[in-house]
Amino acid sequence: MAVSDIVAQRVYAPAPRRSAATRLLEDERWLAAVLLLPTVILLGAFIAYPFAEGVWLSVTDARVGVPGSFVGLQNFVALLHDSIFRVAVWNTFVYTIVATIFKLALGLWLALLLNRNFKGKAFTRAFILLPFIIPTVLSTFAWKWMFDPTFSVINWTLFRLGLIHGRINWLGDPDLALISVIIVNVWRGVPFFAISLLAGLQTINPELQEAAAIDGARPWQRFWHVTWPLLLPVTMVVVLFSVIQTFADFQLVYVLTGGGPANATQLFATYAYQIGIGTGLLSQGAAVSLAMFPFLLLIVVVQLLYIRRVEVH
Amino acid sequence: MIEGAKWRRWVYFYIPLGVFVLWLLFPFYWMLVTSVRPDRELYRPWMAPNYAPFWTAHPTLVHITDLLTETLFIRWMANTLFIAILSTVISLFCGLLAGYALSRLKFRFAGTLGTGIFITYLVPQTLLFIPLADIIRDFQLGDTPWALILTYPTFLIPFCTWLLMGYFKAIPRELEECARIDGATRWKAMLYIIFPIALPGILSAGIFAFTLSWNEFIYALVFLSSAEQKTVSVGVTSELVRGDVFFWGQLMAGALLGSIPVAFIYSFFVEHYVAGLTGSVKG
Repeated sequence: MAVSDIVAQRVYAPAPRRSAATRLLEDERWLAAVLLLPTVILLGAFIAYPFAEGVWLSVTDARVGVPGSFVGLQNFVALLHDSIFRVAVWNTFVYTIVATIFKLALGLWLALLLNRNFKGKAFTRAFILLPFIIPTVLSTFAWKWMFDPTFSVINWTLFRLGLIHGRINWLGDPDLALISVIIVNVWRGVPFFAISLLAGLQTINPELQEAAAIDGARPWQRFWHVTWPLLLPVTMVVVLFSVIQTFADFQLVYVLTGGGPANATQLFATYAYQIGIGTGLLSQGAAVSLAMFPFLLLIVVVQLLYIRRVEVH
Repeated sequence: MIEGAKWRRWVYFYIPLGVFVLWLLFPFYWMLVTSVRPDRELYRPWMAPNYAPFWTAHPTLVHITDLLTETLFIRWMANTLFIAILSTVISLFCGLLAGYALSRLKFRFAGTLGTGIFITYLVPQTLLFIPLADIIRDFQLGDTPWALILTYPTFLIPFCTWLLMGYFKAIPRELEECARIDGATRWKAMLYIIFPIALPGILSAGIFAFTLSWNEFIYALVFLSSAEQKTVSVGVTSELVRGDVFFWGQLMAGALLGSIPVAFIYSFFVEHYVAGLTGSVKG
């Protein structure tokens, strides 16, 4: 066969046929539109639409089964005069700030401990994450049982150690209830901080530590001047996620105290649930929920700006 | 390792780590002990002289058998499994396609859409549950598993998309271009070249999404009302507490058994789970 024959065959072989749809999908813009369609539909129907619906509900007087009519900002004005709402706002801030500080401090400590080489490291790391992966509601029931004033194992232990003389009513005492709830939140959040920060620590070149050690830096100085600045970007993102989750927390408080005693542990979300679902005042419940939004937005914007600044430096 | 004397190693390392492990794991031990302890031992006040909290002399399976035979627990487990699997599959599907489009295709609004998805990632469920309950009712989905199967992707898709975008970005462009020169369409190159390489990412995203939907609570609490439809978390919370009476043996048995599927999956895929967790917070 001559070379020219082969060339000729090539020329006359029919090009692979492509359907109109395939040709359309060769265009990057069309392909992108098709690929994003399912996501946009789902997020539109169940995030954007509910958000708009929530804004609408909050300016009406709707109840369950009653569509309601426009009442302006009346629901929000009512909230400003609602003493329980004010308590809930205060509690949410205390809950978020105190819990986050402890989660960060303890999580960082645990991460530094886990960053060393020791026998059974992988095993320990796997077990430590359990509080974070086990369904929160279910593990919170274990805490509720541990906090039970009559049968509390914590009371028994403290009593045997000679630290207390009477019983402690962990969840029933209004002064203690918020602290107890925070303890459980910290318990659940520390593994998340520890494992995320550990991942951040592992990306730091150990030679930097060694160099600082050779230069005579003490362990504490090495941490503060070498490790901490390099860890800061990861830390900020972890804190951002944690702050949002803690600020909007619901299940922990719902199981442990239901917002009580006497609203001592009432948060935004539990109060919204109580009004919106418990009593069926959809509009006011939606207003309480939405009142979270400006705070969440502020948290996100401030943290994102800060993260950007940290990353630039 | 810590330099210096042995006591320093104990004070700075073993003791703190031991205390951490004890604190983090004790509640699970407590669940286990409570669920096999007979009632007459369970309801003995801690002040009583014969209160022995950390073990039981007469272990019993009565709480577990009661839970399995006298309540709808098995039904709740099946419901949760069904909902978690379907919502994970939907989210992985959407997240794969969206993640690919946002990380590897050039089109207008790519940046805006990416930011939009990141923001939905930060929207907590408690912000929208009241209007969503209203919408679920309008769509006639109330008290069906579909109320959750369709709403869980709202927090799972952004997570899957975000995580997978990281994996897609790391794949060199040349690979795809080679396939396209050999005559593959964009679609086929995506399906047969890019997705298989991103398999570890898909596995991580799937496992993480599964545990997230297994753990979800407020939507399940609000959207489901009849006992047969409930998920484990909601069933245990609302059906095992009758009035003000807590059946602690059954409750702890339920908490223990309800945690097993996630713990089981987790134990097989620890590394993937950790990759998902740390990938989810990478900016």
